[in-house]
Amino acid sequence: MTATAAPTPRAASVVEVFAHRHRFRVAEALPWVAAVALYFLFPDYLALGAQILATIVFALSLDLILGYAGIITLGHAAFFGTGAYVAGLLAAHGWGEPITGLIVAALAAALVGAVSGAVVLRTTGLTLLMLTLVVASMLYETANKASAITGGADGLGGMNVWPVLGCQFDLYGRTAYWYCLAVLFVCWLIARAIVHSPFGRSLTGIRENERRMHAIGSPVFLRRVTIYTIAAGMAGAAGALVAQTTAFVGLGVLSFDRSGEILIMLILGGVGWLYGAFIGVPLFMILQDRFAAIDPVYWYFWIGLTLVLVVVFAPGGAHGLADRILRARRRAAAGGRP
Amino acid sequence: MAEAFSASVSILFHGCAFAMVLYLVSVGLSVTMGLMGFVNLAHGVFAALGGYIMATTMTSMGVPFVPAVAAGVVVAMAVSVPLERFLYRRLYGADELEQVLLTIGLAFMSVAAAKFLWGPLPQPFNPPPALSGQITLGTREFPTYRSFLIVSGAVLVTVLWLGLERTRFGAQIRAAVDNRRMAQSVGINTSRLFTVAFALGSGLAALGGALGGDILAIEPAYSLEHLVYFLIVVSVGGLGSIRGPFFAALLLGVTDTAFQYLLPQFGAFFIYALTLAVLLWRPHGLFGHA
Amino acid sequence: MRKIPLVLPVIAAATLALGTAAMPAAAQTVKIGVINTSSGPQAEVGEMLDKGLELYYKLHRNDLPKGVKIELIKRDDTGLAPEVAKRLAQELVTRDHVKLLTGFVWSPNFMSVASVATQAKIPTLSMNAAATEAVGLSPYMTRISFTLPQEAYPLGLWAAKKGYKKAYIAVTDYAPGHDAGDAFAKAFKEAGGQVVGQLVFPAPPTTPDFAPFLQRVKDAHPDLLYIFVPAGGEAVSVMKAAVDLGIKAAGITIVSTQDLVPDEEIPGMGDSIIGLITSGTYSADATRPANKAFVAAWDKEYGTKLRPDFLSADAWDGMKAIFELVRHTHGKFTGDQAMAFFRGYKDEHSPRGTIMIDPKTRDIVQNVYMRRIEKKDGRLVNVEFENLGMVDAHGQVVSKK
Repeated sequence: MTATAAPTPRAASVVEVFAHRHRFRVAEALPWVAAVALYFLFPDYLALGAQILATIVFALSLDLILGYAGIITLGHAAFFGTGAYVAGLLAAHGWGEPITGLIVAALAAALVGAVSGAVVLRTTGLTLLMLTLVVASMLYETANKASAITGGADGLGGMNVWPVLGCQFDLYGRTAYWYCLAVLFVCWLIARAIVHSPFGRSLTGIRENERRMHAIGSPVFLRRVTIYTIAAGMAGAAGALVAQTTAFVGLGVLSFDRSGEILIMLILGGVGWLYGAFIGVPLFMILQDRFAAIDPVYWYFWIGLTLVLVVVFAPGGAHGLADRILRARRRAAAGGRP
Repeated sequence: MAEAFSASVSILFHGCAFAMVLYLVSVGLSVTMGLMGFVNLAHGVFAALGGYIMATTMTSMGVPFVPAVAAGVVVAMAVSVPLERFLYRRLYGADELEQVLLTIGLAFMSVAAAKFLWGPLPQPFNPPPALSGQITLGTREFPTYRSFLIVSGAVLVTVLWLGLERTRFGAQIRAAVDNRRMAQSVGINTSRLFTVAFALGSGLAALGGALGGDILAIEPAYSLEHLVYFLIVVSVGGLGSIRGPFFAALLLGVTDTAFQYLLPQFGAFFIYALTLAVLLWRPHGLFGHA
Repeated sequence: MRKIPLVLPVIAAATLALGTAAMPAAAQTVKIGVINTSSGPQAEVGEMLDKGLELYYKLHRNDLPKGVKIELIKRDDTGLAPEVAKRLAQELVTRDHVKLLTGFVWSPNFMSVASVATQAKIPTLSMNAAATEAVGLSPYMTRISFTLPQEAYPLGLWAAKKGYKKAYIAVTDYAPGHDAGDAFAKAFKEAGGQVVGQLVFPAPPTTPDFAPFLQRVKDAHPDLLYIFVPAGGEAVSVMKAAVDLGIKAAGITIVSTQDLVPDEEIPGMGDSIIGLITSGTYSADATRPANKAFVAAWDKEYGTKLRPDFLSADAWDGMKAIFELVRHTHGKFTGDQAMAFFRGYKDEHSPRGTIMIDPKTRDIVQNVYMRRIEKKDGRLVNVEFENLGMVDAHGQVVSKK
């Protein structure tokens, strides 16, 4: 890990700096420093913090397929929920070890991703959108009706989560915070490695011009299924984190609301540069926490309005906004030349 | 044997009534999605709006049923025009993702607004006495209102189909759905066509929402709760079609009711499985164009 | 040119948002966490609960030992959302430092809080959540409201004794629904009746279309239909569907527990429900002196248009029990001391009659009444026509008074 010099004037936008450079930059250490600092600054909010970290993992997984492979999905919660229920069922039936539980949950979600991806990724456009929604709905109905196993609408309680690496999960969320942070770090490294690899580049190619990718002989379908599977596994890991740290799994982990929310969080931060998850998720969840205390009805209204405004005026989310601001400043600094 | 027959009749009857409501709400979505290529996930908002306006005018202003329903339709159409011209129009041809996000945002806002304006409870639904109670058909009794729904649905699909096939306006729509650029080059004012089609689609949705307030309860989260079903009807039926959604709605309505009645332990699972199967077999829907 | 680390605005936003931190507490302020449902489709149920507890709180807030105050911290679980309730409980305990948790409209929400209660040793009092197994999930959970078997079991016995032979059971697909249906079925069968069918309605938040389900009931030709749906909007919808399908005209009598006809909903249900029989623990028109005083206070505060119902009465009793605890301990109590207080708590002057918390099970024991809908002075009311005695949480009669 070597720090590089400041970018040359030719590297015009934020995208190139963060997404295209292989080597780690000093600035990339900032989220992690912040996360550690927040642990000490806000000891009463660690439970919320742990949930935010787990949700960032979820958003990161969505960014892989949405931002890089260009697959629009309204059913990503299917994998999140699968991971949550698998981890939950393991803990409720005698195997409460968190790390192995998480790995099994991620693998289960990846399996669901592989199977459903192989089926639905043959289609495109509205049909694909529908099918992602339908797959998630099928899983939701299954969890709802198999209430003897999942608890149905009452939720899966009775989870006995064992200590992770010797640390018991406490009421204040201390252990949960570090656990989620560690898993997030690992997932981030994985995501980063993928997007900078030739495989990751080919995904961007598929997103931008599928026909040409076919023309050069790239196995488009296989690549899409592969990234879909990996993202599903990561989403499953996020679901397992949520299940293990709250020791509870409700039906909401598979709901359309959950799929919609994670889409919104990612959009707010900006799709396609991996850090959208780190911006959008805390922003959304902290605001939601504050608003929910005041009046939950207004929250729904304002988040809807924000979404409309973002789409109409700031399609890149926080990232796109920052991009445009930086570009405008550069233009001004260069004396008005584009 | 007689019990199985009786159960089948019950299922068919309730299934068809449900199907008619689904059809009324979804047909507008099918036309506008096929016509404008715009993924409108906020379509259910117009259905809810129609229902709310009908309920409010009936309870607080004492307006009778038919004018109340008409009021719902008119308000929905009036609201749809500026929405289309000033907001949706910006995103024609834009990335699907943006259309999805915009319309979800609108749906969220409508949920909050409905809760604020009308409270969280489902709206009371009180059809006129003439349409309440039971009627006897042959040896069985059927709820009168649902019978009315089935008849209205059948009449409406006929009217719509005739309108599409026999009028100039319908021909223009068909042309624009098939090939927008070509339609523009023969002089069809597609932008005005879009506005009118969108208004009509929204009006039909409002009609469905108002008439179907018994089956699909008029509550704040209406547009999001039933979104999946509307989308299923449209995608299975085929975009831009009038007949497609009708058969898709029948399929969906009767199957859903059959499962609720006979195998409730599966819930809506088989509906989704069926949708998956149909869309894999025919990605453009049963009556859709490639 | 430096690039702004975008993470900084997030920290700033977070700090600003969290600036609304906890307020400093007064001399001896006992903080009580109230987890209620104030949004979502069943919000009006939460509202009735809130009104009940607020009424007692308002009238008696100064009725405490000198220097002791009670502060209510209210949070919204938004409906049937056990994971939200659990998180709220955790936050109320760790952030707001409450000494007791109460409220709980939904049983799954109440049940999900059990581990928090045990871990933090926080007494948790349900003012509504009625699923039987809930209280056993933690030694710090107790209940002041009712359980479904408490009302459904005696109802089943009563119905069979009245001569009904074939019952159909239709309940909502969640814990209290199953509790209620199973208890009724057990009692009905024990007393010689036959259960000809059982079905479940989809669980909230969606209001289902009841007609196809009721059609199925009708097609099975029972003479009795036991319905359970969560109190609130669903009760009105299911009764309406029953009218539309001509259930009564087909010779099927509907019976239920009080959730079907909460006192403030029945004006909206129409005359078709006259004669409907339910078993329950509270009716706004009961003539007990304690109830008359309660209703008078209610009318004075909220006006006469909105009737108090069992939710409000239960919340009133719950707040009273909490106040008694605080008075008894001068505001200083550990979780174990609080639970010792609640075990064996008895109130003979509840608007419901006599209520008691069983020392062994920590569950509620109270009078259960048979009621009938009648029209009095142009209003539809629940009239109690039989007192079945003190009934325990499983529906067994423990004493005849």
